[in-house]
Amino acid sequence: MSDLSPDNEYFTHLSQGRFMLQRSRSSGRCFFYPRVAEPVTGARDLEWVAASGRGTVHATTVVRPKPPQAPYNVVLVDLAEGPRIMSRVEGVPPETVRIGMAVQARVGIQDDKPILLFEPLEIQS
Amino acid sequence: MTHDRFPRGKSAIVAATTYGMGESPGLSSMDLAVSASVRALEQVALVPGDVDGLFIGLPDDFLSGLTFAEYLGIQPRVTENNRTGGSAFLTHAMWAALAIEAGQCEVALIAYGSNQRTTSGGLVNAMRPTPYEAPYRLARPVGAYALATSRYMHEYGLKREQLGAVALAARRWAQLNPDALMRDSLTMEEYLKSRMVCDPISVRDCCLVTDGAAAVVMVSADRAKHLAKRPVYLLGAAAATDHRDITSMPCLTTTAAVHSGARAFAQAGVTPEDIDVVELYDAFTINTLLFLEDLGFCRKGEGGAFVEGGRIAPGGALPVNTNGGGLSCVHPGMYGLFTIVEATQQLMGLAGDRQVADARLALAHGNGGELSSQATLILGTEATL
Repeated sequence: MSDLSPDNEYFTHLSQGRFMLQRSRSSGRCFFYPRVAEPVTGARDLEWVAASGRGTVHATTVVRPKPPQAPYNVVLVDLAEGPRIMSRVEGVPPETVRIGMAVQARVGIQDDKPILLFEPLEIQS
Repeated sequence: MTHDRFPRGKSAIVAATTYGMGESPGLSSMDLAVSASVRALEQVALVPGDVDGLFIGLPDDFLSGLTFAEYLGIQPRVTENNRTGGSAFLTHAMWAALAIEAGQCEVALIAYGSNQRTTSGGLVNAMRPTPYEAPYRLARPVGAYALATSRYMHEYGLKREQLGAVALAARRWAQLNPDALMRDSLTMEEYLKSRMVCDPISVRDCCLVTDGAAAVVMVSADRAKHLAKRPVYLLGAAAATDHRDITSMPCLTTTAAVHSGARAFAQAGVTPEDIDVVELYDAFTINTLLFLEDLGFCRKGEGGAFVEGGRIAPGGALPVNTNGGGLSCVHPGMYGLFTIVEATQQLMGLAGDRQVADARLALAHGNGGELSSQATLILGTEATL
């Protein structure tokens, strides 16, 4: 019987400022989103590992809601550890986010909840 | 790939109809689905009581198989209510063919209806975002298709004019279809100026939001000869899926249609070059390009060039989405069944001004979710058996 609670554990880590990924001890592979078993193998020998936070923009769009709400960016990021993740790149105008851009994760706050965001690597101080 | 067996040509569509396309105020989704169904059955002198195989999936009724059976007072031997998004109905046709061949049912009805335009005015989306994605407020499904389009542009240098060629072709077909919703002209200049929704997808890259219903009646090939003048035989049918949310799509520029298409063609014993008319689920303009490539009508990355010069428009070399498609004809939430109806009407020779001359082989392809679920049918006239 697994005592994993994937959603709770992920967001508990995130609320403490940590971006964590699950990894199977046997396969060594990381995956996202968190699950009770590894895709395909079904392996349950899962552990949480700290993500490097480094990634590359794989796809990008600018969502344009009706004014006065401002346009915003949504991206898919390929993490250095392998998994692909949906997020938002902040710190630059939404239209300037480019596929192939190197980005770094940070934990922000949105609606009083922790949220994983990315910033372009080159503007990191 | 394992070779799968399919009862090629052992079942046939004998009736196919649409109903209430555009706006149908005062009718529920179930009213619309039933309206299409009784009319389809009537075409071949059948009544609801003759239906012993029911295949249905409404957007606003999780138990629509039970609701439909109750509404018409029938007790089907087979009730199929699967949920693979807009591709569900092509999957229904596949299961119906297998059920008919196995003797599980004799008269299969595939039905769909939605009143989403007059009730909500927005595209019905049954997919709830996960806690990992909801905070980013991606407009769904359009934003998911925008992400795929952005990737395709990056990898293959696709131009917006090439997506525009898809939209313009659909509009020109719609102008030949009196039942299509959008029949006014659409120029490339107008397309390029249309409002961005999710870059690089503009409003003219998006399917319509309409009401509408469709129904298809399938029986064994033997029985079909007695019911219809020109039955449309199911020669191959296959489905494939590889993700739900766009984030988990293994490759954003190649869909599982690669697998559903290859299997359906192999079952039918034909190739893309043999196909006379193509009906693809064009929820967004990128769909048409991806499916033309993944189904083998052109190579990966060449879809944009393929559709230039009116190739898929009326008078072009390959008639695609001859009713005007989801882009210009009808899109009541899930469009899949409409691809089967249009393919059937073309093969029956009932397509009026938009009739493709001597159409003998048709392909109908459904898409569900966010390029997630793919299902392909190969349909043919008696001459193709």
